[in-house]
Amino acid sequence: MPVDYLPILVMIAIVTAFAVIALTLSAMTGPRRPNPTKLSPYESGMPPFGSARRRFSIKYYLTAVLFILFDIEIIFFYPWAVLFRDLGWFGLSAMGTFMLVLLIGYVYVWRKGGFEWD
Amino acid sequence: MESIPFYFLAALAVLAALGVVVMRDPVYSALALAVVLTALAGLYVLLSAPFLAAAQVMIYAGAILILFVFVIMLLSPGREGDAPRGALKWQRPLAVIFGGALVAQLALVLLMTILPTGRGLYTPEYLAQIGSTQAVGAALFTDYLLPFEITSLLLLVAMVGVIVLAKKKS
Repeated sequence: MPVDYLPILVMIAIVTAFAVIALTLSAMTGPRRPNPTKLSPYESGMPPFGSARRRFSIKYYLTAVLFILFDIEIIFFYPWAVLFRDLGWFGLSAMGTFMLVLLIGYVYVWRKGGFEWD
Repeated sequence: MESIPFYFLAALAVLAALGVVVMRDPVYSALALAVVLTALAGLYVLLSAPFLAAAQVMIYAGAILILFVFVIMLLSPGREGDAPRGALKWQRPLAVIFGGALVAQLALVLLMTILPTGRGLYTPEYLAQIGSTQAVGAALFTDYLLPFEITSLLLLVAMVGVIVLAKKKS
């Protein structure tokens, strides 16, 4: 029932109001004395170098794709889990087949070093 | 009163979708796409499909958007205006022609389709009684068992493909 989601709506409203009020109040009341150190992205961290928009290694891409694939696998567990008792052995074998195929993929990725960073 | 959330989410989705197209910086486009996908998740909730909404947030707004961002970082594009002008001089007229054709096609289909007005099996009352996720599970493990198992093969192919492409010895 969509009405059940009213608390979420209220929470979003409160969070938004809090963020807006806090930012507006601090902008209005706080003193503003900027200097280059204060304005740097990491005031107490390492000095930034280069542009943030540089090319990333393809290794991140590999990690992201593998994450999506296993994410989709996990999503399919939910409809099975809520009906676990009703589906019984049939559901278990259906899910087992599904997982077996993906286990082959998992072993393949592992053997090929897909989980290694180098 | 009931339609207010719908119009709000629909307007948000359309505005954010416009943002995806209009933004000059591809990273901002990706962020606007996140808003589109989240608004769609809200629409699924209004349609009494909370499982679909959760899947939408987890898979699309979470995982697939991350992939988009990584592809953007991989290709390292500048802002849209940085590209040398005239490099794709036929792009604009062709975009107008094909975009117009697509809109005409969609309009034609919408005009020709008679939308069913009756209520199907999965009414909000029925879903409230047995549970949305349970309804998805019951359909998935009976009528759609074969597509479900084939999905695993699709995922397997994707796994093998990404390893072959990304682990190529250069």
